[in-house]
Amino acid sequence: MTDLIHLSADALAQKLAAKEVSAVEATQAYLDRIDAVDGAINAFLHVNTDEALLVAAGVDKARTDGDTLHPLAGVPIAVKDLIVTKGQPTTAGSKILEGWQSPYDATVVRKLRAARMPILGKTNLDEFAMGSSTEHSAFGPTRNPWDLDRIPGGSGGGSAAAVAAFEAPLALGTDTGGSIRQPGAVTGTVGVKPTYGGVSRYGAIAMASSLDQIGPVSRTVLDSALLHEVIGGHDPHDSTSLTDPVGALVEAARLGQVDGMRIGVIKELQGEGYQAGVLTRFHESLELLRSAGAEIVEVSCPNFRYALGAYYLIMPSEASSNLAKYDGVRFGLRVVPEGMPTIERVMGATRAAGFGDEVKRRIILGTYALSAGYYDAYYGSAQKVRTLIQRDFAAAFEQADVLISPTAPTTAFKLGEKLNDPLAMYLNDVATIPANLAGVPGLSLPGGLADEDGLPVGIQLLAPARKDARLYRVGAVLESLLEATWGGPMLAQAPEITGGK
Amino acid sequence: MTAVTDEVLSFDEAMEKYDPVLGFEVHVELNTRTKMFSSAPNAFGDVPNTNVTPVDLGLPGVLPVVNGVAVESAIKIGLALNCRIAEKCYFARKNYFYPDTPKNFQTSQFEDPIAYDGSIDIELADGTVFTVEIERAHMEEDAGKLTHMGGATGRIQGAEFSLVDYNRAGVPLIEIVTKPIVGAGSRAPELAKAYVAAIREIVKNLGVSDARMERGNVRCDANVSLKPKGQEKFGTRTETKNVNSLRAVEHAVRYEIQRHAAVLDSGTPIQQETRHWHEDTRSTTSGRPKSDADDYRYFPEPDLVPVVTNDAWIEKLRAELPEPPAERRKRLQADWGYSDAEFRDVVNAGVMSSIEDTIAAGVSAAVARKWWMGEISRRAKLADVEPAELGVTPELIVELNALIETGKINDKLSRDVLDGVLAGEGTPAEVVEKRGLAVVSDDGPLLEAIDGALAAQPDVADKIRGGKVQAVGAIVGGVMKATRGQADAGRVRELILQRLGVEG
Repeated sequence: MTDLIHLSADALAQKLAAKEVSAVEATQAYLDRIDAVDGAINAFLHVNTDEALLVAAGVDKARTDGDTLHPLAGVPIAVKDLIVTKGQPTTAGSKILEGWQSPYDATVVRKLRAARMPILGKTNLDEFAMGSSTEHSAFGPTRNPWDLDRIPGGSGGGSAAAVAAFEAPLALGTDTGGSIRQPGAVTGTVGVKPTYGGVSRYGAIAMASSLDQIGPVSRTVLDSALLHEVIGGHDPHDSTSLTDPVGALVEAARLGQVDGMRIGVIKELQGEGYQAGVLTRFHESLELLRSAGAEIVEVSCPNFRYALGAYYLIMPSEASSNLAKYDGVRFGLRVVPEGMPTIERVMGATRAAGFGDEVKRRIILGTYALSAGYYDAYYGSAQKVRTLIQRDFAAAFEQADVLISPTAPTTAFKLGEKLNDPLAMYLNDVATIPANLAGVPGLSLPGGLADEDGLPVGIQLLAPARKDARLYRVGAVLESLLEATWGGPMLAQAPEITGGK
Repeated sequence: MTAVTDEVLSFDEAMEKYDPVLGFEVHVELNTRTKMFSSAPNAFGDVPNTNVTPVDLGLPGVLPVVNGVAVESAIKIGLALNCRIAEKCYFARKNYFYPDTPKNFQTSQFEDPIAYDGSIDIELADGTVFTVEIERAHMEEDAGKLTHMGGATGRIQGAEFSLVDYNRAGVPLIEIVTKPIVGAGSRAPELAKAYVAAIREIVKNLGVSDARMERGNVRCDANVSLKPKGQEKFGTRTETKNVNSLRAVEHAVRYEIQRHAAVLDSGTPIQQETRHWHEDTRSTTSGRPKSDADDYRYFPEPDLVPVVTNDAWIEKLRAELPEPPAERRKRLQADWGYSDAEFRDVVNAGVMSSIEDTIAAGVSAAVARKWWMGEISRRAKLADVEPAELGVTPELIVELNALIETGKINDKLSRDVLDGVLAGEGTPAEVVEKRGLAVVSDDGPLLEAIDGALAAQPDVADKIRGGKVQAVGAIVGGVMKATRGQADAGRVRELILQRLGVEG
């Protein structure tokens, strides 16, 4: 059933609806693929075989009975292990949560269940989503299906690699500074960070509450739109969730449109620090869009140069507080030190043993940035930068309907290459972070392979808040223009994965 | 209990040298149906850790949602304290590690409280009025309840292990903070008690809190500092935590004033710290050092959107406010014509509302007071309950009073009637009938009893004949005894004097 796993989610959904294939067959095909290749990829921290097949069987029965089903019913999905699920472990990629099972489902998971999408399992990530390579997972790194010696991006490397390696047609990710889009770029998949508040965060383990957003991971733009419509919409459990309806995203992706649209090239997100092959592919995409009738304009966002700095103050500040709850008192790991086990020592020992270095680094950074006497200079200044970046976006969106940039400055780097150089690692998110600081939506889609290393390049589209539909409208057209030049999906060029078992 | 006993100066001596400055942080638990940020029930006394949702336990992935009723309660409290209400205010995280705080931060308000800049007038027992300025009233969540096991003191130090009950975690709290209160002088302890009593009365009157101090619905942290007479600059303060009865508030403030005075007299500076109040020894002991540099790393709560108010909403809530307790008291005292002393006794006995209801049911203010301050208060004291809890209804008092006024029974008999009614024997009239309690109004049987009494005490009879009219009481007593109290004592007296030919 190799063909089955290569179908897009949309195509699979149509075959399921036409009863050409059963949900159990499709789910089993993906479970088999996981079994075959995940030993090499390590995209999954937990495979949810029994429940997935049970849900699939239920869908098949319902279809036989003539019940009305959601269009994606029976289409399997993988869930980033930062999102809580009943009946499966949730680790956040951390030792501190090893073995913990949530007694409740995240809102997005409830929506997947309501749509009757079999959940294949939980995908690997940098611990608490802190990283750009998935190397900071306490459970070993995930490998890039294009080159097993390279990183799949992060923090959502597991979800992106699973979709790229045909271990799942769809996945959920979370994006705080690029954790959906950058893995999408380096694995040749599509990833969308919705408008802040567009998808409920209830049940997504918080890193930085004001930046985190759940979003779709897929192989096509349309598939992301399909998933986005399932998970989007207001949630009374999340006070920051928007009350707007989710919008006609699938229709936007199906129709597509660039003719007459103004597409703004962000001056500050190219040039120095960007790999030559990345820029070549980026400029090709601009040409394709221009040829299809888009007006390409240049916009300037001068404050983007401060985005990374502001991000690395706001994110750790919020994270230092969000991660305080992991103390060994109520759930998860508890380490009782030798001698007199006072509560303070138990908390200290638990956190010392349970958190990895990157998590500790950010907790220390954030604790410092919020402390008395430094708050104004660090957290306060960073919030001001955030306002300036929002103004930059507002000005840019006066001149352009959508903005465009490379998603990441480089293709996938080698495992271990930047592990001891946090700043170099952080720089990989330089193009994705501004969208999180401003709350605007962003989409990354495959833009071809870089000439120098043959690895995937990502193209990022950005739209004004609540205008997520524009991403799908433009993204779908660019995708079809590019695929026409490649003669098919880019992932068809990915190498066979060997050594999985 | 800690063995260390601090030196104290006598209160009078302390007052000769120093002026006390007070400040209060009063936490009021709201009686909303659910918690501040979750749908868990807000209830007291349930099985530990049953009134919890994932939000209250701080499980991974949870998010808070603000309880709208709690916000309205906060606004009502703000209005009752004559505060300004913020047009827009934020929640903030107060970060500190403690196992009763599930997230290891408390969701509170920091720079933007919902209510600020208020004041209330506090009336002391003798009618002196102090105005206490309110700095702010802000919304926050309560912590869980820790029980430390195995130690001698019940405190965390020395305990073998501790148990946590998160039922209270997330219960809505309003923290009311005063500005420094200067100028109370020797009335400071009394003012402290009166202030907390006033807050308790206000929130109870608003209906936003059960206001039961013994359950921790109203908890007071009392700040005390002393400055030498004539000095402007405030001294170093201590904060006595969780002083949870009105009497304890008064005692704790008094004790801290005396202790501060002794420390200052010895030439030692006051340690800025929290203090623990001990009811048994009526003293405080050192808690933890507390400096203004305590670093809670406050920052705006990113999981919540700002609370935005508007004039229409605030005015609607203002219009719904009940009459303030102090105004109500003034109005009732004037209506009833009680003296200041009489009215104060009524208030202290906790029967003001009962009297109000009883008057409304149809008796005079004097009669209502006679019943509630007399017989009913006496019975309540014996039964160790509040007068209102005895089950005496205004209607019952009206009926009893009518029986007295028509001469069917007298005051003494009315108590027996009340006994009968409370014992479930029926209406007052039925009890009079069943127990045969009607006043003996026929003179025939009375004269017979009087003759008997006079014959039994001939020496007393002689005295009366000799002009010692006051001796008649002994004969009246004998008659009343003989008639089992069912005689009108006034009539008996008249008849005795007539019988003996003496002018009353």
